[in-house]
Amino acid sequence: MIEFRDLHKAFGPKRVLDGFSLTVNDGETMVIIGYSGTGKSVAIKHVVGLLEPDAGGVAVDGEVVSELDRPRLTALRARIGFVFQFAALFDSMSIYENVAFGLRRRTELSEDDIGARVAEALKLVDLAGTEQRMPAELSGGMRKRVGLARAIAIRPAYMLYDEPTTGLDPVTSAVIDRLMVRTREALGVTSIVITHDMRSAYAVGDRIAMLFQGRVRAVGTVNEIRTSADPVVRGFVEGQADARGTEDATPLSQAEEVAVEGAQG
Amino acid sequence: MLAVIGRQAVGAIAGFGRFGHFLADSARALLDARTWGRVLAQQMRRVGVDSLPISLFIAAFTGIVLALLASYTFTGAVPPYLVGTLVSKTMLMELGPVLTALALAGRVGATMAAELGTMCVTEQVDALETLAYDPFAYLVVPRVIAGTLMFPIIVALVMATGLVTGWLAAITLLPVTTAEFMRGITNFYLPFDWQYGLIKSASFGFVITLIGCFLGLSTRGGAEGVGMATTRTVVYSAAMILVLDAYWAVTLLRHG
Repeated sequence: MIEFRDLHKAFGPKRVLDGFSLTVNDGETMVIIGYSGTGKSVAIKHVVGLLEPDAGGVAVDGEVVSELDRPRLTALRARIGFVFQFAALFDSMSIYENVAFGLRRRTELSEDDIGARVAEALKLVDLAGTEQRMPAELSGGMRKRVGLARAIAIRPAYMLYDEPTTGLDPVTSAVIDRLMVRTREALGVTSIVITHDMRSAYAVGDRIAMLFQGRVRAVGTVNEIRTSADPVVRGFVEGQADARGTEDATPLSQAEEVAVEGAQG
Repeated sequence: MLAVIGRQAVGAIAGFGRFGHFLADSARALLDARTWGRVLAQQMRRVGVDSLPISLFIAAFTGIVLALLASYTFTGAVPPYLVGTLVSKTMLMELGPVLTALALAGRVGATMAAELGTMCVTEQVDALETLAYDPFAYLVVPRVIAGTLMFPIIVALVMATGLVTGWLAAITLLPVTTAEFMRGITNFYLPFDWQYGLIKSASFGFVITLIGCFLGLSTRGGAEGVGMATTRTVVYSAAMILVLDAYWAVTLLRHG
């Protein structure tokens, strides 16, 4: 179980998370939606300790991430697969090396077993036979699938997806959605998916939470969110152009997004 | 005006604080030899072998120029064998280490800053962490060790190359014989000369790679940030090379 407990995070004067609380139960896929730049990625980076909270915290199986020392944080990370928005593949390594990279660190597998695990992961994302290619030779969709293969190769208990379908065509997005569902069925993982693609959210989510002004505006099943009477939620899921004007839902400006990304390092 | 000065002062203090954290994290990562040991050889090859062509190219021409400069300066005033003295002392103690370091600040330091900076802005460093790697153990420690170990080796070859080209220039372009040139070298030779040059080189290698890694991992803001990190690495490294050069002279030569 992953619990966001009254999480606060600011970058300079901009308060990104302002009392964000949410519980993700074992085995479920929680989709977090919200406007671009409202802190969805910031929230899940706290789960793996890439960011330190200003107040509050995130607990994974009862362990508060920000209180862990490095060995325990490393042990926690070994149970979590993270799929990055732009795949974050190591561009100096082949696809095989990318997928094997985490296995070499996190497991004591022999090289033969690592090879078998890499082949299995690549097959699961329909990329069998690409082992010797370099990331630069792949399309954006293929790179995201390799990122997914790298995350699932370690057989994690949790999967975190940071905008897995952003920038992809509808067909490739549907392929990624199908892979996320397949991963859950194959590995039985608990997942958090960050997206503002409602078609994807409906396809993969058990529950959906909307992040708005730094905290959860609404959380519920797919149907509950789809039929929500909340004007902010309805405006977002229906893609109404004037929805932002209904309340102060202004996301970060481009300059602020750059500042936030900078501070995340 | 005061506000600008104040902001810059706060920024400088914050920068020193970040560098302190960086040093502490790097020192802690030294214990993770299992991680950095696997990539050390690769980094040593990239820092050392790949830097040799440009280093030896610089050394070859420096040796020639030194011989001609010595002859031009000393003609009629001192014996010609002092051409050998000036070439050897200067190549071993000053120009060999310093010119090589200045050239490699661009080739090695800037490359590291650009590489790590790009990894930062494309979330590859975050990916390393989520795969349970310590970025300091995997990225910083092997580069700094490689720089510290390989710079003296490169500079030793630079010294030798400079001496050979200086000798060739002396016997072909100047009225100096091989015997005179060798006499100039041996009359004033001290083992400390090359030890001094190699100690300096190791410190240059350490500082250049440390600055490249620090500014690379501090990169923010995409391609522009990578460009800034690269430029700063060259500028800061060049400044630190000259500061260290003076430091070693004051420390080791003052009583010599």
